[in-house]
Amino acid sequence: MQENVTQVKMEEVQCNSGTPITVLRFAGDITSASKAAVLGTYQGIPESIKRILLDFSRVEYLNSSGIALVIQMMIAASKSGQTIQTFGLKPHFQKVFTMVGITKYTTLHPDEQTACAAFSA
Amino acid sequence: MDEHRSSIELRLPSRLGFEKVAMNTAASVAHLMGFGDERIEDLKTAIAEACINAMEHGNKLDETLSVGVILSMSPDSLEVKVLDTGKGPQSHAAAPNIDRKMHEQEEARGMGMFLIESLVDEVEWVSSPPAGSYARMVIRLHPAKN
Repeated sequence: MQENVTQVKMEEVQCNSGTPITVLRFAGDITSASKAAVLGTYQGIPESIKRILLDFSRVEYLNSSGIALVIQMMIAASKSGQTIQTFGLKPHFQKVFTMVGITKYTTLHPDEQTACAAFSA
Repeated sequence: MDEHRSSIELRLPSRLGFEKVAMNTAASVAHLMGFGDERIEDLKTAIAEACINAMEHGNKLDETLSVGVILSMSPDSLEVKVLDTGKGPQSHAAAPNIDRKMHEQEEARGMGMFLIESLVDEVEWVSSPPAGSYARMVIRLHPAKN
């Protein structure tokens, strides 16, 4: 079976504050097979970067193993003093993230602009 | 009610990724039955998690063992059984504690059963050795309001 593998694109954006923000743009599926894509890509972000945006707008399928990888990334970010804002999750996955409590550690925003603005709030 | 019940059966290899076959089949059935998009998304996640549990924990990812999926339609509900050769879960679904996870006092994984219980109207795990065990889930077209 052809898996819809996880694709991740890392970009730097400035938003309004001028402070660099790293965006991880995920696409495809996020599952137990996504460890290298999720954690490996995160590990490529320098510790000096303190603001990270997670873009899930092109994610089709996310299961509990994939959510666990997101939590592991958030643990690592917390240890490095990095702040994570999230946007683009489909309504169902927003519900799932809320159910498991992730929203206590990252805010889910409807779009990139709102998520960016939250860093300066 | 049984005279109105019709069913669809699938047999999936115990290979991660194939849960999407069950998920998409169930979504098509639920759509034909008139379920709304939100309930279909709930069902898709619940079935995917039940199949993953069956593959990983029930059949230990042994691809020679199948995961059975039986979708039974009745006028007001859809019942889904996910069968494997294991003994069934040894514990109840505990709600994940995000604080403990973030402080690495609890595994980041281990949310599947909780999600299943949260997303369907009825669920039970039945152990029937030596044949195996199954998860039984029901979603209703018109669930009773709490």
